[in-house]
Amino acid sequence: MGKKMLVIGEAREGALRNVTFEAIAAAKQISPDGEVVGVLCGDGDLTEQGNEMVYCGADRVITVSDEKLKTYTSEGYGQAIKAVIDDESPEGIVMGHTAVGKDLTPKLASKLETGLISDATEVSNEGGNVIFTRPIYSGKAFEKKIITDGVIFATIRPNNIASLDRDDSRSGEVTSKSVEIADLRTIIKDIIRKGSEGVDLSESKVIVAGGRGVKSTEGFEPLEELAEVLGGAVGASRGACDAGYCDYSLQIGQTGKVVTPDLYIAAGISGAIQHLAGMSNSKVIVAINKDPEANIFNVADYGIVGDLFEVVPKLIEEIKQIKVNA
Amino acid sequence: MNIYVLLKRTFDTEEKITINDARIEEEGAEFIINPYDEYAVEEAINLRDEHGGEVTVVTIGEEESEKQLRTALAMGADKAVLINTEDDLEDGDQYTTVKILEAFFEDKDVDLILAGNVAIDEASGQVGPRLAERLDIPYVTTITSITIDGETVQIERDVEGDVEKVDTSLPLLVTCQQGLNEPRYPSLPGIMKAKKKPLEELELDDLDLDEDDVEPKTKTVDIFLPPEKEAGKVLEGEIDDQVKELVSLLRNEAKVL
Repeated sequence: MGKKMLVIGEAREGALRNVTFEAIAAAKQISPDGEVVGVLCGDGDLTEQGNEMVYCGADRVITVSDEKLKTYTSEGYGQAIKAVIDDESPEGIVMGHTAVGKDLTPKLASKLETGLISDATEVSNEGGNVIFTRPIYSGKAFEKKIITDGVIFATIRPNNIASLDRDDSRSGEVTSKSVEIADLRTIIKDIIRKGSEGVDLSESKVIVAGGRGVKSTEGFEPLEELAEVLGGAVGASRGACDAGYCDYSLQIGQTGKVVTPDLYIAAGISGAIQHLAGMSNSKVIVAINKDPEANIFNVADYGIVGDLFEVVPKLIEEIKQIKVNA
Repeated sequence: MNIYVLLKRTFDTEEKITINDARIEEEGAEFIINPYDEYAVEEAINLRDEHGGEVTVVTIGEEESEKQLRTALAMGADKAVLINTEDDLEDGDQYTTVKILEAFFEDKDVDLILAGNVAIDEASGQVGPRLAERLDIPYVTTITSITIDGETVQIERDVEGDVEKVDTSLPLLVTCQQGLNEPRYPSLPGIMKAKKKPLEELELDDLDLDEDDVEPKTKTVDIFLPPEKEAGKVLEGEIDDQVKELVSLLRNEAKVL
């Protein structure tokens, strides 16, 4: 029998993040005949975002709009979404494993006294048994996990579960619900945007990462240009962060972010086991390194033994060429 | 200030993972303080030095976890608590962990709890926020800076590379992100002193809990290693030709361009 699934949507700068649509697809995988109810928080009119969720598979959407929900706080969103959960009594809840998802879902699970499976990369329904696959030890291993009691609650890693095709002929109700939000104990004073052009590492389809071989902050410039040409984001190894070439927020590895882009280009990265843990499940890996013995070549699909400062600019030119010809 | 640090013993990041009988093989592995928890210990010590008070490090685990607690004491924490579940629990999840911690904190007067952003083994990042919710105190995750002035707290946190400035107040729970500080190595005098610092050992019974109270809500049904990645193609020839070949392969073979 179909389950009622709640999908918590997430917007950034007014647009829904892709992982929202992936979460809808995951909810459908958990319960193919179930009803998918979307929920969105924010301020102002959220109808358009609600419609987007419908076009991507939600059966209906509930929006909660309030001044106090303008920027995300766990307390504000927690109150709003808990109110929707109390109304709807869903049998399953899915959200993206983003900064917001990571921050919010444990609070909800704790309120509801339920289990929560975080950061799933795969969902399967085997004869009614819903099984989540998730990386452990930063991707050095995987586990399959089930919820044994209560609501099926999970967050999914961006970029791993394909969203459904958008179809704007789909229709579904988008209703707003008003929730009395109590005063918040945490207040966001300011957000300083540092991310590269709004492309987040965890969601990026292409990542160009630099290591110690990049040698300096300026050394990252060609990598930034390559990332821009490819519409991707820049990452780094711990070595590059420790050396002060770039911010820790770019770090990929066992400490730092774990990423699974379609294309990962490692430039001047030797490939310590801690770094490999964070990126070796990328779909295609390219390594550029002067040292032919570098460990990174053991996981790379394609490797160029050479100086990144010679190779990367040529690569930028070549890719620009094919883009012009395309 | 009464400062508590939640600490987990984890595999050293250098360790390769092997699986034996659907379990992670622990035999022969090196263990460390979860790296994110090290930031928590360091920050706790700094805040105590600045504001006075006491740092208590708490872990749930087995007899072996004493080693990581002693390391935290050697770094400068004042007291340690080992909640030993070895004899009581077969399995647990984040629900279990938080049930135990909730019971532990029930009669404690807490100003600040610090934890790691995630543990590098299971990496759920759930325990901090879950616990704060049970204790009904605010929490801020992935912090990179914290300043306390009386009851008010100013925090900077990392949100996917952006910096969010947050104002909040004590009592509070925070989870620590890379960039917060540079954890110290225990000094030799620190190690000597740590041997004499109080380390309390508790079992579920001492917290008025039994196995049923903390029964997990999730279950691991399988553990496996990712398919071994085969070494790919290292290109040859002049750099210009290699670059051309690479772009062509990415386009036509890998189909990612």
